Amino acid sequence: MGRINMREMKDNQSGVIAGVRVGGDLGRRIRDMGLVTGTPFQVQGRAPLYDPVALRVRGFVLTLRNREADCIEVEVE
Amino acid sequence: MMDIRLALAGNPNSGKTTLFNSLTGARQHVGNYPGVTVERKDGVHTLNGYRFAITDLPGTYSLTAYSDEEVVARDFLVDERPELVVNIVDASNLERNLYLTLQFLEMGLPVCIALNMMDVAESRGIRIDTEKLSQRLGVPVTPVIARTGKGKAELMAAAGAMAGKGQGRSPLYISYGEDIDRALPAMTKRIEEKSFMTENYPARWIAIKYMEKDQQILSKGRMADPELSAELERQVQAVADHLKTTLDSDPEAVMADHRYGAIQGLIREGILTREDRENRIYFSDRIDRVVTHRLLGPMIMLVILWGVYQFTFTYSEVPVGWLEGLFAGLADFVDARMADGLLKSLLISGIIGGVGGVLGFVPLILFMFFAIAVLEDTGYLARVAFMLDRVFSFFGLHGSSVMPFIISGGIAGGCAVPGVMAARTLKSPKERLATLLTVPFMNCGAKLPVMALLIGAFFAHHRSQMMLLITLIAWVGALFAAKLLRSTVIRGESSPFVMELPPYRLPTLKGLLIHTWERAWQYIKKAGTVILAISIVLWAMMTFPGLPGEEIERFEEQKAAVMAGSVEDAAAAIGAIEARQAQAALKHSIAGKIGTSLESITRWAGFDWRINIALVGGFAAKEVVVSTLGTAYSMGEIGPEESGSLSETLKAAPGWSPLVAFSLILFTMFYAPCFVTTVCISREAGSWKWGLFAVVFNTTIALLLAIAVFQIGSALGIGIRGNG
Repeated sequence: MGRINMREMKDNQSGVIAGVRVGGDLGRRIRDMGLVTGTPFQVQGRAPLYDPVALRVRGFVLTLRNREADCIEVEVE
Repeated sequence: MMDIRLALAGNPNSGKTTLFNSLTGARQHVGNYPGVTVERKDGVHTLNGYRFAITDLPGTYSLTAYSDEEVVARDFLVDERPELVVNIVDASNLERNLYLTLQFLEMGLPVCIALNMMDVAESRGIRIDTEKLSQRLGVPVTPVIARTGKGKAELMAAAGAMAGKGQGRSPLYISYGEDIDRALPAMTKRIEEKSFMTENYPARWIAIKYMEKDQQILSKGRMADPELSAELERQVQAVADHLKTTLDSDPEAVMADHRYGAIQGLIREGILTREDRENRIYFSDRIDRVVTHRLLGPMIMLVILWGVYQFTFTYSEVPVGWLEGLFAGLADFVDARMADGLLKSLLISGIIGGVGGVLGFVPLILFMFFAIAVLEDTGYLARVAFMLDRVFSFFGLHGSSVMPFIISGGIAGGCAVPGVMAARTLKSPKERLATLLTVPFMNCGAKLPVMALLIGAFFAHHRSQMMLLITLIAWVGALFAAKLLRSTVIRGESSPFVMELPPYRLPTLKGLLIHTWERAWQYIKKAGTVILAISIVLWAMMTFPGLPGEEIERFEEQKAAVMAGSVEDAAAAIGAIEARQAQAALKHSIAGKIGTSLESITRWAGFDWRINIALVGGFAAKEVVVSTLGTAYSMGEIGPEESGSLSETLKAAPGWSPLVAFSLILFTMFYAPCFVTTVCISREAGSWKWGLFAVVFNTTIALLLAIAVFQIGSALGIGIRGNG
């Protein structure tokens, strides 16, 4: 187990949200969409230009920019 | 008949609008919420002696004050107090959907749940115990399938029964962990003691919003009772400080964690059971493996975007042709039956031309919205945004900006009017505004005759290279203009991209048709009247004050002389005199005077008064530049398609060179959008300020570009003489 930044994750890698390190609109939006501490998810893939990234979380697909993924710490195997 | 006011609320992509269409059919009214560009839909449904007045609230994931949609939905629930909130919940996506439900219940709203897409959930191996869900939340839960309308009678029966009982449910209580749970009751007590905004909101909910630092509630609170507000803010700050030191977190995050925690709790109690299909790949994901594939994805996207473009502009040609024929026929009819004069000119050029101009865009808008509705409802549009966001976000735009750009003429020959309206699919306000303001730079179909004329006259040997160059310049210009706008007038952090890729779904034809029609109807109703009025004003500018009496007499004398004399070709001679008269009248008109007075500035770009008048006329519609140039060069009437002779004239005319032509091409591309587009920009941006801004900003950019090209070209001696 280790703690890394979401941007560093590989395609198809799974992880658990360890913390969302941003406030304001962005933080609110990320949490409203269900990325709260302890949530398991999987990196589904990335756009053709490697940004944004698509996650499968809580049974749906969520996309966010790499810049936004930077604010999220994850726990990975 | 009992009247019940009912709000339909839920997540985006939960099937809310499908249910609304199914309940109200064609009996709906579409408008905007005051002050914002969020659509408001109202409709009526009758059943068993109940008459439901239904408002379809904008789809939201939460009830914070994150977006206009969320603020609108919340204000509606608070201010208009619907007797019942029908919360549509996507059963295949229960956790995230219940997040919104919990917030309704915390507000103490009378909620009735429509559990949609049970069929999809079942196909994914998800089973939901609706009985238990209803028990735990304390609200009725009715399974429905919005697509087919199944369960809608049961839903409305439940709604009727519930509304009949009246209100008065107590708000749902959620535990937010030790620290916050200790602070909230104390805050709630103070709020109750002082009756602080309690006529509108439940006391605990106000405390919760203070804890979340909700900007809207905070500013309302500071107005209502500054002293108590400050006291509450101090209490929140104490909790925040404590959480920071103990958990390295903040109240807002902790509260979101606990709400999702509460949902997890519900689910663990056996409300949802999932067959063990953890590694099952959903149908949607399989499509995405191809459709958003690194290489295949962009290629498929190009084909689809090209298809939308073709569909919008090729298939709409037929009805556009009918309309043009109809209005041409009408103009001929008036022409044949009325004596020449101002009234006739007003009828033909001002009114028939104006109404024709308004309606001429309707088929385009219908076809465009239909195509976009298909992409939107299937879920593909979200993929386009996903794939292109990297490029567009660099320029301060959003992945979804691509559609408006393409429609407006990103593939040369589009139209900025439907393009501007296509920007509705963009949800982030700053990116949307930047898109609205820059799409008119694309080479729409009306600019093409102008380009064709100038390229034909001065760059005849490099036609295709020039067209390619012009398309590239339009894209580069628009993107950099967007970047400029986003770092000046519309600067600010880009809105979060955090977005759902909804599963692929087959749209319903009914939904597509309603969607398409209501948007087109809004255009006719709202933009149409203004466009007609401006069309008449422009006609007046090109017509008045008219030639002074003595000058008209002079032309009449010349004509009389031709008639009296035995000139070989009297008709041609009279035609030439009339063309000169039209030229003189044009120069004498308001537009002509504007053109002449601008010469002192525009000569830096190589434009004389003739070109200026043509450009003023081009504000009516860009193709008018061609016919006005014709008049200004005393060529008589020239249609945009038959400019061959004009092109010969320009080639030989003094003051023209390939450099002037190129400078004019650039200017035509970038200057003020035509007024129909300007009206639409104002409507879509929600303020006339932005329409006016587009006119001034674009014209300034165009003028600077044209001057730069002309001055540098002249200094270097490029393209001054001969044909390129």
